[in-house]
Amino acid sequence: MRKVYLYARFQRFWHWMQALIIFSLLVTGLEVHGLFHLLGYEAAFHVHNAFAWGLVLFILLAFFWYITTGDFRQYLTEGNLLEKIMMQARYYMVGIFKNEPHPFKKNEISRLNPLQRITYLMLTLVGLPLQIIVGFAYYYYNELVALGMDPDWIEPIAVIHTLLAYLLIGFVIMHVYMTTTGHTLTSNIKAMVTGWEEVEE
Amino acid sequence: MKKLMIFPVLCALSVPLAFSSLTARSFHPSVDSVMISTADHTKFDQLKQDFSSGPEVTEACLECHTEAAKQVHQTKHWHWEVLMKDGRMLGKQHVVNNFCISVEGNEPRCTSCHIGYGWKDRSFDFTSERNVDCLVCHDGTGTYKKYPSGAGHPAYTDTAFAGKPFPAVDLSYVAQNVANPNRHNCGICHFEGGGGDAVKHGDLDNSLIDPTAHIDVHMSAENDGLDMTCIDCHQTEGHQVPGSRYEPHARDVHGFDYPLPDDYPTTCSSCHGLEPHTNYAKLDDHVDKLACQTCHIPTIARQRPTKMWWDWSKAGELDEKGHKVTRRDSSGLPVYMSKKGEFEWATDAVPEYRWFNGEMNYVTFLTQIDDSGVVPINHPDGEPGDSLSRIWPFKVHRGKQPYDSEFKRFVKPKLFGPKGSGAYWSDFDWDRAIATGMEYADMEYSGSYDFVETEMYWPISHMVTPKEEALGCVDCHRRNGRLEKLSGFYLPGRDANRFVEILGLVVIAGSLAGVLVHGYLRFISYKRRSGEE
Repeated sequence: MRKVYLYARFQRFWHWMQALIIFSLLVTGLEVHGLFHLLGYEAAFHVHNAFAWGLVLFILLAFFWYITTGDFRQYLTEGNLLEKIMMQARYYMVGIFKNEPHPFKKNEISRLNPLQRITYLMLTLVGLPLQIIVGFAYYYYNELVALGMDPDWIEPIAVIHTLLAYLLIGFVIMHVYMTTTGHTLTSNIKAMVTGWEEVEE
Repeated sequence: MKKLMIFPVLCALSVPLAFSSLTARSFHPSVDSVMISTADHTKFDQLKQDFSSGPEVTEACLECHTEAAKQVHQTKHWHWEVLMKDGRMLGKQHVVNNFCISVEGNEPRCTSCHIGYGWKDRSFDFTSERNVDCLVCHDGTGTYKKYPSGAGHPAYTDTAFAGKPFPAVDLSYVAQNVANPNRHNCGICHFEGGGGDAVKHGDLDNSLIDPTAHIDVHMSAENDGLDMTCIDCHQTEGHQVPGSRYEPHARDVHGFDYPLPDDYPTTCSSCHGLEPHTNYAKLDDHVDKLACQTCHIPTIARQRPTKMWWDWSKAGELDEKGHKVTRRDSSGLPVYMSKKGEFEWATDAVPEYRWFNGEMNYVTFLTQIDDSGVVPINHPDGEPGDSLSRIWPFKVHRGKQPYDSEFKRFVKPKLFGPKGSGAYWSDFDWDRAIATGMEYADMEYSGSYDFVETEMYWPISHMVTPKEEALGCVDCHRRNGRLEKLSGFYLPGRDANRFVEILGLVVIAGSLAGVLVHGYLRFISYKRRSGEE
C-alpha cells in the first residue's frame, strides 16, 4: 500500500461545494415539486434559485481551473474507450467479488478510471449544463415567452427539469456507494477530504 | 465630549426611522369646506321649504342642476338595463338571478333600491325627471332611507317595517345637506343586495363603512389608513358610475392612469401599475395570468356572513297554526324561512377560481335550459391560453329555484304582494305565483313547474387585504391547493407528468436497490474469502 496525492485543494473545495449545492438543489427542487414540506414552498423556491446561480458559478470556475491548469487531461483517454469501460464494468460486476485488483491503477497523472472519466465528463459537459439551461428557461419563462417562445413549453420544460433531477438523484446514490469501492471502504472519501489516497501497490 | 454623544443619539434615532415603513397618508386630507364646494346648500331658498315628497325635492334640485336628471336617465342606475354586444338586453330589470329570481312582478319591493320614485309596476315613466331620486346618492346626513316596499320612496310619515319603527325623513334637512356620495350612500343598496347586509356579493357589506385594514386596506382609516371611499375608484362623470358586472374588464393592459382612468373604472393597475411587486420580479410574472384580486382578496365575507345557498323548493312550510316559520342557527342567522326556503351562509370563505376574459354569459328568461344538471345562470368565459383571460376569484351562489319544467325556461314568480294577489309570500302557492308573475310579464307558462339547481358567479373585487395577508405561493403551488380544479395548464408544484414520476421512482428505487444488493454481495464474498483464509 502506498499513498498518492490525487486531489488538489481546489478540486476538493470544488467537489464538496458542488456536493452541497447539488444536494440543496435536489432537496429544494423536490419541495417545489410538491413532494414534501420542509422549508416552505417560497423559501425553497428562493434557495433553489440562489443555489442555481451557485452551480453555474462553480461550473464556470471549474472549467477555468481545468483549462488553465491543464488538468482537463485527466478526462481524456487513449485507445479503445469502450473496451476500457467494459473492463471497468466487468470489475464491478465480477472482479470486485473475487478480490481481483482494480483494472486501472490510480496515480498522480491518472486518478480516474475510464468509467469515471466518461461519467464525470458527461455529467459536467452535458447533464448539469442541460439541467441548468432547462432550469433557467423555467425561471425566465416569462421573458422567453416575451421573446417569442411558445407559452405551452412550460410543461415540457418543467417535466424535463424534473426528469433530469430524478436521474441526478440516481447518479448521487450510485456515486456515494462507489466511494466505498476503493482500496478500503473509506479510502476514496478520505482522499477527497485530505487529497491523499491509499492505493494498491 | 458633546460631539461624541451626538453621534450615538443620532444613530439610535435613525434606526426606528430607517426600519419603520412609511405611514400611508389619508386619501382625503381634511380641507376647508370652501375648498370642497362653491355652494353651501343650506343657503338656497329653494331648499328651505317643507317638502312633502321626494319628487318635490328633485324639482328644487333641477332648478339649478338643470341637466342632472337627463344624465341620470342615461345610467344603468336608472333603467336597470344593459345592452350587450350580442344585442341582448340584460341588466337588473331583465336577468335571472338565484336570489329573489326576478324584478318584474315584484317592483315595489325591489325598486326600494331604484334611483327613482314610484317604480311600482310596468307603467313607470322612465322619462320623468321629477321621479329621479337625487337624495339617495347625495344625502350627506345619513338619515335618508327608502322604505323597503315603497317603490323607491322614503317614509314621509313615521311608520314601521317588519315590526320595527321606520321614522319619517326630514327632506328639508337632507336637501340642505347634500354631498358627494359617500360609502353609506352606495352601501345602502350595494351592501344590502339580496335582501340584507352582506347577503349577495360576498365582497360588499356594511363592514366597509368603517373597516379595519384587515377587511379593506384601501377603505380603512385604521393606523393612518387611506380611508378611500367607493367613488375614489368608481370615478364618476356625468352621473355614469363605472364598474359593471355585465361588462367587466378582466385585464387592464394600460397600467398607471389614475386619476384619469380608461373608459372603465379605476383598476388596481391604475394606481399600482403593471409591475406592482417591488423587488420581486417573480410575482410580477404572475400579473398576466392572475387577477390582483386572486391573491390579494384571499377570502370573501371576511367579517359578515354572506349567503351561499338558497333553496326555494323548501319554502312554504307553516306550523300547525298556519303561521310562518323561521329557524336560526346558533349565531342567529336564518337557515329556514317559510317565505324563502332554506339558506346556507359562509364567513371568511375561500372564493372559487375561474379563468375569466371579461365575458359573462347570462341565461335569460327566454333561454332554454338543460335541467338535467346544475344550471349556470351566468358563467365566466375564458381559458388559460388566451391573452385576456386571467384567473379570477368568484363568489358562486348556488340554490334551487322554480322553472317551467315543460318549456325548460326560468319563470318569474310573483313573490311580493297582498294576500289573494297570488304573491307567494302571502298565498304560498307556487303554481299561482308563477302563473300570476308570468301573466304580468306577458310571458308563456305551460302550467307545470319544478325546481332546478342553479349557480351564479359574482366576480370579487372588493375587500383587498393588507399585503401581509395576501395568498402565498404555496396556496396554489401545491397538490389540493386553491387552483386544484383549474385545468388546461401546467402549474408548478401541483402538476406532474405521470410517466416521469414513475420513471423517477424506478431510477431512485432501482439505484438504491442496486447498491444495496451489490454491497451485500460484496460483504458475502468478503466473508467467504476471510473464512477460506
